[in-house]
Parts: sequence; C-alpha cells; structure tokens
Amino acid sequence: MIEVTGLTVRYGGVTSLDGMSLTFEQGTCGLIGPNGAGKTTFFNVLSGFVRPAAGTVRAFGVDLLSMTHFRRARWGVRRTFQTEQAIEELSVFDNVAIVHEHSRLGAATRKKDVLAAIEFTGLDAVAPDAKVRVLTAGQRRLVEVARAVVGRPRLVLLDEPAAGLPDEETSHLGEIIRRIPEHTGALTILVDHDMSLVSACCETTAVLDFGKLIASGPTGAVLRNDDVIRAYLGVA
Amino acid sequence: MRAALTRPQRGQSPAVTRTRPDRRQLVRWVVTAVLVLFALFGLPQLISLYYVDTMTQVAVYSMVTLALGVLVGRVGLVSLGQVAVLAIGAWVAARLLFATTQPYPLILLEAGLLTLVAGVLIGLPALRLRGLYLALITLMFAGAITVVLATVNFPNGGTGFLGYNGSLLHIPPIRRPSIASGDPAYYRYSVIVAIIMFALVFVHIKTKPGRAWAAIRRSEPAALAAGINTTLYKLWAFALASFITGVAGGVLAGAVHYLYSIDFPTQDSITLLAVTLMGGVYSLWGAVVAALLYQFLPALLNNWGVSADWLIILFGVGVLQVLTTSPAGLADQFPKDMARLGRALRGRFLRGRFRPPPAAPAAPPAAGSTS
Repeated sequence: MIEVTGLTVRYGGVTSLDGMSLTFEQGTCGLIGPNGAGKTTFFNVLSGFVRPAAGTVRAFGVDLLSMTHFRRARWGVRRTFQTEQAIEELSVFDNVAIVHEHSRLGAATRKKDVLAAIEFTGLDAVAPDAKVRVLTAGQRRLVEVARAVVGRPRLVLLDEPAAGLPDEETSHLGEIIRRIPEHTGALTILVDHDMSLVSACCETTAVLDFGKLIASGPTGAVLRNDDVIRAYLGVA
Repeated sequence: MRAALTRPQRGQSPAVTRTRPDRRQLVRWVVTAVLVLFALFGLPQLISLYYVDTMTQVAVYSMVTLALGVLVGRVGLVSLGQVAVLAIGAWVAARLLFATTQPYPLILLEAGLLTLVAGVLIGLPALRLRGLYLALITLMFAGAITVVLATVNFPNGGTGFLGYNGSLLHIPPIRRPSIASGDPAYYRYSVIVAIIMFALVFVHIKTKPGRAWAAIRRSEPAALAAGINTTLYKLWAFALASFITGVAGGVLAGAVHYLYSIDFPTQDSITLLAVTLMGGVYSLWGAVVAALLYQFLPALLNNWGVSADWLIILFGVGVLQVLTTSPAGLADQFPKDMARLGRALRGRFLRGRFRPPPAAPAAPPAAGSTS
C-alpha cells in the first residue's frame, strides 16, 4: 500500500509533478500517461533520486522521503530503468546477487534467493555464470527484473520494461510481471506505453497528465474513460 | 529431429562454458607465476645495472598505474593528480626514514596509510564531481602540491617537521632496507612490494568492492537502486588508490636515495593517465604494460641515444589508437593479436605439413592395421 499526497516536483521553471495524489493498494498497478506526464519523475521520487518540493509519500506505513536512496533500496524499493542497466562484465548471478551484498543473511540463503529470482524470471535457461555481455536485450531486461525481485522487495517499480522488445518476449515479460506480487508480496507499479501489456498485467491503473492524476481505478474502466482517451490514447 | 539433436547440446553448453575458463585460468596462473619468478630471479642476472635501476622504477610505477587503473577502469573516476599523491607518499616515507630507525616495511605501511588519509581528504569534496570536473580538480591539486613541494623541499636529513636543511654540505642518502641495500636486491624488494599491492587489488576486484565498483561504473543510479552505498565505495577506491600510490612513493624514496621536487612535475600525471589507458585499465597486466611504457621505453631510447621526447608523440598516438580501436588497452589487445598470429602461423604450418594425408590411398591399410 502506497499513499502519495500533494507531490510536487519542479525542475527549474518546469513543474513535472503538480500536487499529485494517488493510492495504490496491492498487486500489480499500472501507471500510464503521455510523454512528460511525470511517470519517471514519480519513480525517481520514490527511489530517492529526486527530492520533491512538496508532498508526502507513505509506503506500508513508512515515510519514504525520510530515507536516503540506497537505504530505500535496502528497505525494499526496487526498480528498473528505461535504458537497460545490467552490468556487462559480471555474470547473471553476480548481477542479481549485488542486491544482497549488504544483507545480513547467510551465504547459502542468499544464494538460494538469487537462484530463485533467476528461475522466477525464466533466466535459468541461461547459465547463471554466463556474463551479461553475451545475453540478448530481452534477457538483459530479465536480469534487471530478477535484480528487482530478489531479497524481499516491498515496492517494485518497472519503468517501461518492454520498450523495444519483440511481441513474444513482451508477453513472456508480462507473464512474469503479473506473478511478481504473489512471488514476492511486493506492490508492483508498471509504467509502459504498451496498453496490451498494461491491461494484461494490471488490475488497477492510474493515469497521469501534466503532473496530475486524471483517472484511476480498474484498468478496463480507466482505458475506456473519456478523459484518458482524450489526453493519452487519442480521440477515437 | 534437428531440435532433438540441438537441445542436449544446448543443455551441455553451460558446463562447457564453465570448464573452459577454468583451464584458461589455470594457464593464466601458471604464466603469471613463471613471469613473476623470472622477474625476481632471472631478470636481474641478465641485465646491466642501468636496466636493473630502470626495472626498479618500472616496479614502482606499476603500482602507481595499478592504482590509477582502479580509479579509471574499475570505478570510472579520472584522476590527474597521481604524481602528487606519489610525491606525498615519497615525502612521508623519506621523513620517517630520516627521523626513525623503524623497519622499512613498517615505514612503507605508514607512508601508505598517511597518503590514504590525504587522498580521502581530497576525495571527500571531489566525489561530488565526475568526469572532466573531477579530472580538473585533481589536476589543480597536483599543481598545488608541486608548488608546496618546491618551497618546503623533500627531507634531506635536517631537523624539524619538514626535515630540510638547505645549508647541509653532505646530504645523506635515503636509506634502504638492510636486506636490500644493493641495486639488484632492492629491485627484488620493489617487485615483491608491487606483487603484494597487485594481490591487494586482485582481492578487492574479486570481492564485494569490485562488484560494487562495477555497478557504479555501469550506472550510479542503478547501483543506488540495488542498495549500494556509492559514496562509500567511491571513497574506498580513492583510499585504496592513495594507499598503493603512497607505498609506491615509499619504495621510490629508497630507490633513488635523493628526492627533488622537480622529479614530480604536474604534467607527468597526464602522461601517467595516457600510459595507463594505453596499457589497459580493465586488467592488472595493463598496469605492468603501462609502467614499462612509462619507465622502460624512455630508458631504452636514452640508451640508444634517441631523445625520449619522441615518446610524448608516441603516447599521444597510442592513446588515440586505444580510445578508437582497443578500449581495453594493450594488455587486452596483445594476447588476442598473438593468438591470431599463432592461429595464422599454425594454419599455414599445418596446411603445409599435413598435405600428404588427403592423398588418401594410405588411409585404408592404416585403418585395417588398427582393428
């Protein structure tokens, strides 16, 4: 459960988020909107890269804004980025295990957890000790997803994970994204422009436009909402 | 049918990829061990004292380029102040060597640690900067240290905090360890210290800091999003690099006996970065190659009566070549080129040698005789 109230972010004279308020309960939630609506800025606020000018963010009863970025990641805010960020010179295993570097769990438990995350994303077809540099773009995306779901995340933020993927890889990725909440217990927020992916994965969806929430609710109803069609999907 | 044939192969492939690096790694270790043993015992017997001194410098500067390689190659922090850090290490070691009778290894350790403190103090504000700005700040720092050194001078056996006495007629040389007072012995001593420093970096790269550095170099936001305290690990890299360079300064003090501020010009930091890039920042061998370029090549040219100034041009061209065609440097390119050459030679050799068998008639009787 995440509650955002009055969130405002300004970059110089540009207002990216304009007093945005929204609530996501559980499961996989979609966040859509035109380019520049503030979706990535919202993720950057949640992961601590951007300090908001105003507003509060409470996640599972905790004031997120009081934590520094890397502590938030350790607490359980995980994310992927629009441009893929897997570390090429490390193996698949080490890429995922990097999240566990700071944990106090035993080595065996960590290893089991990392392998479980790799298996969850369907990457076990690739050798865990294969270097990321030999993987395809789709597999690298999966490495990032595995890194986001390993080690008890509370909040998984996926920033356009399907961008640039072919259809069959997108549907495989959608399958995985849909199962993240039951696998990890985390609230998952998906930002994507692929509406079929969003409607396949998300029970609820929120729509941003010019830094404000313009609609939220069950995905099907939101995608039929007139305001949403006008602002984002295009006048039919 | 085809799918059924290919599938088991695909299943095997992880195992295959796993064993192959193991064998390659073994070969790498054996080659390393042989080269180290040769450097320690073979080389000093084969070369003149002139080159023994040169190789001592190579050992010293391989530590400096090693440290710079950690910063540039592993973490992505470009420092143009390494000569100043080396000078700090040399100054501290020289002062302690004159003032105390402590054993040499202890002095090296102290020089390393004090340089580490200095490096971290510089690193703290510098870590807010990256790329060009960090390079500029460190270059300024190197310039400042050069100016300071020109006024305070290196210790020469005088008294007081600075240990410099301008009116001394007989300047005592900076002492060497009693077990390594001769040049070949001190060369071996330097190589051993360098090996320890290389091992220190190797352990770092293979463990937690190495993985954190790799993540930071790839993308700082992604590293943060994985819970890595990037400030801590960047500072750690600065500390490690300063420590190693400080130790190198200590070894340098004993190697040259007399230290002068003129030996640590600011522009050498830039040349150091150039040779480090040419040697290769992603492998530890790169540091050795860089030190050979930086110290051995000029000595060789001097010996041949060619001006070492030509090297500046060579290094310029070399850096251009590295940046455009071989980002991992000579240490990466050379073995590949050698392997390619070997393959080409072998191909030619085998083709020439085993041309007879295709003249098949001889084959069936051979098969018959074996069965």
